[in-house]
Amino acid sequence: MPLIRLLRPSLSRLLFAALALAFVHLATQPALAGPYEDAVAQFAAGSFADTEEAIGKLVASAHPRAATIIVALQDGRLFADPDAKTVFIKAEDGKVTDAATGDAVAALPDKASAVRLNNKLRRAVSGAMAGLTLLSPDLNKRIQAAQSVFKTHDETVLPTVEAALKAEKNAAAKQAFAEARAAILLFKQDASDVDKLDAIAVIKARGDQEAMALLTGVPAGQSAAVTSGIASAKAAIERNLALWSMVQNAWYGLSLGSVLLLAAIGLAITFGVMGVINMAHGEMVMLGAYTTFVVQEAIRTRYPALFDYSLLIAVPLAFLVAGAIGVLIERSVIRFLYGRPLETLLATWGLSLIQQQAVRTLFGPTNREVGNPSWMSGAFELGQITITYNRLWILCFTLAVFAILLAMLRYTSLGLEMRAVTQNRRMAASMGIATSRVDALTFGLGSGIAGIAGVALSQIDNVSPNLGQSYIIDSFMVVVFGGVGNLWGTLVGAFSLGIANKFLEPVAGAVLGKIAILVLIILFIQKRPRGLFALKGRAVEA
Amino acid sequence: MTPHILTRSLNRSATVFLLVLAALGILLPLSNLLLPDGSFLHVPTYLISLFGKYVCYALLALSIDLIWGYCGILSLGHGAFFALGGYAMGMYLMRQIGTRGVYANPILPDFMVFLNYKELPWYWYGFDMFWFAALMVLIVPGLLAFCFGWLAFRSRVTGVYLSIITQAMTYALLLAFFRNDFGFGGNNGLTDFKDILGFNVQADGTRAALFVLSCLALGIGFLICRAVVTSKLGKVLIAIRDAESRTRFLGYRVESYKLFVFTLSACMAGVAGALYVPQVGIINPGEFAPGNSIEAVIWVAVGGRGTLVGAALGAIVVNYAKTVFTSGPLAPYWLFMLGALFVLVTLLLPKGIIGTFNAWWEGRKEKDEARDRAQRDSATAAAAESAAREDGVIERTMVKR
Amino acid sequence: MSLLETRTTSAMLYLDGVHVSFDGFHAINNLSLTLEPGEMRAIIGPNGAGKTTMMDIITGKTKPDKGEVVFDGTTDLTKLDETQIATLGIGRKFQKPTVFESQTIEDNLLLALNVDHRVRGTLFWRRSEPESKRIDRVLEIIRLGDARDRLAGSLSHGQKQWLEIGMLLAQDPKLLLVDEPVAGMTDVETHQTAELLKEINSHDKTVVVVEHDMTFVRELGVKVTCLHEGTVLAEGTIDDVSANERVVEVYLGR
Repeated sequence: MPLIRLLRPSLSRLLFAALALAFVHLATQPALAGPYEDAVAQFAAGSFADTEEAIGKLVASAHPRAATIIVALQDGRLFADPDAKTVFIKAEDGKVTDAATGDAVAALPDKASAVRLNNKLRRAVSGAMAGLTLLSPDLNKRIQAAQSVFKTHDETVLPTVEAALKAEKNAAAKQAFAEARAAILLFKQDASDVDKLDAIAVIKARGDQEAMALLTGVPAGQSAAVTSGIASAKAAIERNLALWSMVQNAWYGLSLGSVLLLAAIGLAITFGVMGVINMAHGEMVMLGAYTTFVVQEAIRTRYPALFDYSLLIAVPLAFLVAGAIGVLIERSVIRFLYGRPLETLLATWGLSLIQQQAVRTLFGPTNREVGNPSWMSGAFELGQITITYNRLWILCFTLAVFAILLAMLRYTSLGLEMRAVTQNRRMAASMGIATSRVDALTFGLGSGIAGIAGVALSQIDNVSPNLGQSYIIDSFMVVVFGGVGNLWGTLVGAFSLGIANKFLEPVAGAVLGKIAILVLIILFIQKRPRGLFALKGRAVEA
Repeated sequence: MTPHILTRSLNRSATVFLLVLAALGILLPLSNLLLPDGSFLHVPTYLISLFGKYVCYALLALSIDLIWGYCGILSLGHGAFFALGGYAMGMYLMRQIGTRGVYANPILPDFMVFLNYKELPWYWYGFDMFWFAALMVLIVPGLLAFCFGWLAFRSRVTGVYLSIITQAMTYALLLAFFRNDFGFGGNNGLTDFKDILGFNVQADGTRAALFVLSCLALGIGFLICRAVVTSKLGKVLIAIRDAESRTRFLGYRVESYKLFVFTLSACMAGVAGALYVPQVGIINPGEFAPGNSIEAVIWVAVGGRGTLVGAALGAIVVNYAKTVFTSGPLAPYWLFMLGALFVLVTLLLPKGIIGTFNAWWEGRKEKDEARDRAQRDSATAAAAESAAREDGVIERTMVKR
Repeated sequence: MSLLETRTTSAMLYLDGVHVSFDGFHAINNLSLTLEPGEMRAIIGPNGAGKTTMMDIITGKTKPDKGEVVFDGTTDLTKLDETQIATLGIGRKFQKPTVFESQTIEDNLLLALNVDHRVRGTLFWRRSEPESKRIDRVLEIIRLGDARDRLAGSLSHGQKQWLEIGMLLAQDPKLLLVDEPVAGMTDVETHQTAELLKEINSHDKTVVVVEHDMTFVRELGVKVTCLHEGTVLAEGTIDDVSANERVVEVYLGR
């Protein structure tokens, strides 16, 4: 066996060089005996040793049919006629083909029997499978195979891995092969210390959880140099992992922060700019989410093709629905309560109860299904963290909403009027601004943005009548923490709370982390009652 | 307490309130215990417990009215003090179960056995003694309120900011008490109580006694509130409510006053919770829900804030309505009703039932007086206005000079 | 700051080099002012001159960015809060009359009385004979004797001004800061107010009056300080100040 193993690399190298030529021959002269044909024929020899050798040869031949044959062998569908030295594959549907050529055969010869496997052979078979895919023309398959070899670090495929490494052009695949090779060498009993230390360096460079697992799994009894190499590599990987987990937490934090910002941004208008305590703010978010649900239902039943655009349709609708209800609330209740914040708080709490119950009556108390469009499903890898598309889109969406709102306040006439009314209501009124109209529109704007937030939140949260309640306290915390009347404060507040929460979570657990955040905010507000970015001066006292 | 305080505290409406309370507190239990089941005037035990619950709510409402109606502190977290008092009582009742629990552990309550506690957490020590639990009913809510208030009032957190952080406080406690490893029974809370001071909590006699005690607590709480609000301290509280900064410039340490009244109020809420638990037979983290605290505020608003009697009345009226609605076919509409109550009371009845009634009563009494005064006032107002107009003129002439 | 502890002045109120800015706006700019014990001073100045901010600094509502504020020779006011300053004996009447509207006139005065202001003290407080007499006396001075049981909110603007001055009297401070006391008063009332302030001043009280009404300031007949953009523009008798070119310029604009 060792002899064959030593031979194999040169064999396969030869083979790769001659592959093109061989194909031509194979196509025209299927009967011509070559390494591949020899290998196939050897399956008929009968002994386990022959079978094992045949497997090795077959893999080394890298013939396109090799994989088919190995799979059949694995499934016990490979039959051999010991006399005729011919081998057949019986497909799952019972059709019989000649293993070497793939030509259909009427029936199995009477003498043909299944090629037997023992445990050692089974390992060889799975190693062969990996070896074969290592040589697959499909880049992704090659990388996948290399990664699976990295985990199994099966010595038998080492020659194949090395061959593949030499022949590989693609950088990513090359990297994967090098790592697979390193894994095998590290676990190989008779590999030299120099090889092993090189291998450790490669694995250390990989630096992820799997590299860590691999290093941890190295059996004891290595030389001192290797043992210390492993230890230092493990330490390095640990540092690397810690770094990545920080990046991961930071991303989760940003993601949570964007959700908080989205929920709070409307409140930053109604509470921050107008000073109206709208306890029904969460219900505006909920209305937005239900609007999305209704839009998706309509699309599902009428125009299923539009499903991917459902959110684009829902955003303006949610803005209008929540905004209209906001204007209605302002005109019918809140305008009578200006200057009485505590009463406003109670009245809007009542409104939130009414809205919740109304939605519960209309849509039922249970969660409603809101789907993700295709562009919001799935995830991609960035370094060692996974980023889901819906979270990424929500982050982008939130920032876009924030930017638009900021621009709106700064550059439109409504924005100008809003700022004028907040700064000096009487002066604004005497300059001909219809302050009550501005009040209604400002409140509508804040509510409409809450509605938009609902569309986004429907993608990551349960759409139920209680949706809004889970956001209201957090939203207020964000606005108060950031400093009332300051949109930038809300932005900073949302992201810092989101990130703080996610960094506390691994340490304290989700619930305790949340409690800790609440307690910290309570303490913070007492230290700086007007938030991070507070307005100063005499006007504040009013 | 000197008789002086008592006479000062008892005006006509306060006396009427206490008399009615005393009458109910004596007659209802008597009818329950002495009259035969079929009798027309017999009050069944379940009603005694229900009324007992209302009385506890009334005490909670009273504690909210003391700080909101008189000092302008709108706490949206008073349910937390109520629940903490309730938990302190619940812990005593749990320890009284002893070996009668499902797991028959003499020390550990059932849920601890179930959650694999090896020994009693230190904060459960002493709760097998009634006096200790009774003390904790006052101390735990009081201490929390004191610490919270000390931080909040010293840094001048006022108005809605205070309301929002009190809400965050009860929310944080809600999350904490839901946790199993917090040691208070997690989601299920404390329940399956057997007896209190050796009396079966289910027995008619115990129920009646608890009702009487609740009425007594409400009466005493009411007297304490009256004594506070009719003292000079009460005037300072109202001054703080109406013009906090002005009060400071008169040399009053506003935060001390707020802290005193907030802590007192939290202790009252704790007592209310402690009496509530044996009557309803359970305390769970749901009591910390922010919604509960806000609901309690609306009782006060309905009855009339700053009237004390109104707060108690509001709690009873709203809760009676809740019982009627939620037990009948109208149950799905209760939240509509409650929501509408919040909106309508703040919009149309800002003084509440008692406040509106008082205003109407006094308005009628002082009608004649007011008419005279109005004539005088309009004269001075006109004079003031002309003076103000001159103000500008004077300034201009000065410059010319 | 360490300098302050050793320095004592004979002045009742001593401001030196005081600066305050709100978000970059310099409300008070190098303001220096000295009041001798028993002095009455009128402060004038156009809107935004920093008169009210100056009062805020003295009473502890606003903390100066830098500068010294010393009361009664030794006390550094910048380190104290409103309550402590009020307890020291500095009383203030606000520009917009601020009385406790939902309480009676008598209760307003009762709250202002300089007795024990601690929680326990007020909880167990009982009215004593001398206190009742003092309230009666103040009511007489501010001419609201027959209205003592009326709610302060039902008073006219001028009456509220008087009630607030009455509260100052009940408070019995060493230094009185009076912000626009005669706004909204008739000529007769203005005259009476001037007399009242002079009367208060004659009892060894130090008084600072901020006022726009020049007739009133003239009637007080005291030293006048004109503030502009947070600093002292001119100081002297009313005639000197109103003849000052820069003062005229400030009021008229260029």
